[in-house]
Amino acid sequence: MEQTRPSVVDIQNLGFAYGEAMILHDLTMAVGPHEVFGIVGPNAAGKTTLLRCVERVLTPRTGTIRIDGRDLKTLSARDVSRRVASVPQSHTPAFPYTVQDIVLMGRNPHLGAASQPGPHDVAVAQEAMDELGIRAIAARPYTQLSGGQLQLVLLARALTQEAQVLLLDEPTAHLDFRNRHLVLSTIRDLAVRRGLAVIMTVHDPNDAMQYADRVGLVSEGGLIALGTPQEVLTADNLGRLYGMPIEVLTDGARHVIVAGIGS
Amino acid sequence: MKRVRFLPTLLLMWVGVLAVLLASLCLGRYPIAPKTVLQVLLSRLAPILRTWDPTVETVVWQVRLPRALAAALVGAALASGGAVFQGLFHNPLVSPYVLGVSSGAGFGAAVAILLGAGAAVTQASAFATGALAVSLAWLIARSGRDRSHVTLVLAGFVVGSLFSSLVAGAQYVADPSTKLPQIVFWLMGSLASAQWSDLLRAVVVIVPCLLAITVLRWKLNILSMGDDEARSLGENPTAMRVVLIGLTTMTTAVSVALSGVIGWVGLVVPHLARGIVGPDSRKLIPASIALGAIYVMIIDDVARSLTMAEIPLGILTGIVGAPVFALLLRRSRSDWD
Repeated sequence: MEQTRPSVVDIQNLGFAYGEAMILHDLTMAVGPHEVFGIVGPNAAGKTTLLRCVERVLTPRTGTIRIDGRDLKTLSARDVSRRVASVPQSHTPAFPYTVQDIVLMGRNPHLGAASQPGPHDVAVAQEAMDELGIRAIAARPYTQLSGGQLQLVLLARALTQEAQVLLLDEPTAHLDFRNRHLVLSTIRDLAVRRGLAVIMTVHDPNDAMQYADRVGLVSEGGLIALGTPQEVLTADNLGRLYGMPIEVLTDGARHVIVAGIGS
Repeated sequence: MKRVRFLPTLLLMWVGVLAVLLASLCLGRYPIAPKTVLQVLLSRLAPILRTWDPTVETVVWQVRLPRALAAALVGAALASGGAVFQGLFHNPLVSPYVLGVSSGAGFGAAVAILLGAGAAVTQASAFATGALAVSLAWLIARSGRDRSHVTLVLAGFVVGSLFSSLVAGAQYVADPSTKLPQIVFWLMGSLASAQWSDLLRAVVVIVPCLLAITVLRWKLNILSMGDDEARSLGENPTAMRVVLIGLTTMTTAVSVALSGVIGWVGLVVPHLARGIVGPDSRKLIPASIALGAIYVMIIDDVARSLTMAEIPLGILTGIVGAPVFALLLRRSRSDWD
C-alpha cells in the first residue's frame, strides 16, 4: 500500500490497560480504504482489545485513534457506529428473531431514539442481504442457521450500518473449511467493492496470508512487525511469535504456513 | 415458527379486548343482556329511553366497568412489563416482579393496612415502597464491581427477599381477625374494590408510560443483543435500560398498588404473544398489551363469577399460568433456542 493513499483508520501510540495490567502499548498503524488488514498474534496478545478500542467500546489510556481524520474521542456513540461497524467473535442469541430483523438492527445508528426502521432502512438491509446471498433466508429465525450463515447475517447487519470501517474478531473461529473460505473471500470482495477499511483478527496466520493486504503481528500488546503478508509472515517472525518452529512452504505465488518438523 | 400478518392480527386482538370487555359487563351473579349493557353505555352519550332498572345502571357503570377497565389496565401493564424485562435481560424467564417491586409494594400496602389507612393511601404507600425496592436493587447492583444485568437480577432477588420478610413481619403483628385477612387478600390480588377514582389515578400513570414504552420498543431488540453489541450498534445500553426499567417500574408499581400482587401474567402473556407474532418487539409489545388486557379481564370475570365468594386473582393466575407456561415450554422451545 503506497504511503500517499489517505488512511481511514489512523492509530497513533495506542495504549490500553485494565487497572495496572497493560494490554496494549505504543501501537501505531493505519488502514486505508479497499484494504484488508489482518492482525495475527497468539491468544491474549491484545487483538480483541485493539478492535474494541477502535469501535470505542473500550477507552484507550494513551494515544489517539482517528477515523477519517476525526479523533474518535470527539465523536458521539452514534457517530462512531456510523463510521465503525463490527462483527462480534461470538454471539449468544436470546430470541429467534428473523434474519431480516437482525440485519435491520444495523440501521440503529441512523435512527433516533423514538423512531423505527422505515422503508428506506428495509431497502438498505435487503441490499446487504442480496450482496451476501442470504436474501432467501430473510424470514427464517436466525437461531436455526448454520455457523457460516450466522456469520453472513452478522456481516450483513454490519453492512447496513453503512460504516466505512469494518471490524471482524476472528470471523472464522467456528466455521468449517468451506465456510471459512466463503466468509473470508466475501470480506475481501466487500473491501474492494465498497471501499471498506477492514481490520480483522485471525487465529490462523494462513487466513491472513491468503486474504489480507497487510498484516500486523501483535505480541504482548505491541506491534512487532507490519507489512505485506509475505514480508511479515515469515518463518522467523512467526517462530518468535508463537515460540515454536514454523516453516513457510512456497508454491509459486502461494505460501502456506505449517508447524515446523520436530515441534 | 409460522408467522402471521401482523396488523390484521393486532386488529383482531383489539376486537377481542372490546368483546371481552363487553362480556365482562354482562357476566356476574347478576347477569345482564349484552343489548342492555350497550344501551346503558350509549345512554351516557346519546339520549336513549331508559327501560332498565336503575340497579342495572349502577352494576354496569359503577361496579363492572371500572373493574373491567382496571383489569385490562393491570393486564396490559404487567404483560408489557414482562416483555420489556425479558428483552432487557435477554432472558425469556424473567417477570416484571424480578426486581422486587411486588414484595416492596406488598410491604407498603401491609403497613398502610396495619395503620388503618384508606384505599388511596394504601395504593400510594404500595407504589412508593414498590418503587423504593427497585431503586434499592438498582443501587446495590450499581455499587458492585460487576455491572452486568445478572447482578441486577440478583440484587432484585435480595431486595425482594428482604421485603418479603418485612411483609411476613407485618402479617405476624397484624390483628388476625381484622387486619390480617385484609393484608392476605391484598397480597393475593383483587380488583373487588376497584372504583373510578382508583382507576383514574392508575390511568394517568400507566397510559403515558405504556405509550412511551411503545414508542421506544424497537430499542428492546437492540438491547436484547447484549450490551457490547448494543454499543457497537450505536446505542447507550445503560441509559436506555434506566429509561425502560423506570417506565416499567412505574407501570408495575401502579398496577400492584391498584390490584395487589397478580403473578404469572408478565411471564405467560409475553410468551403467548411471542408464539403468535414472533419475538420482534415492534410487534411483541403491542400484542402483549392487548393480550394482557384480555387475559386479566377473563381471569377477573372467573374470579368473581365462579363461586359465591371472590377468588383472589393471584390464585387463579397461578393455577392457570403454571400449566399454560409448562405447555408453552414443551411446545415452543424454539422460542429461545
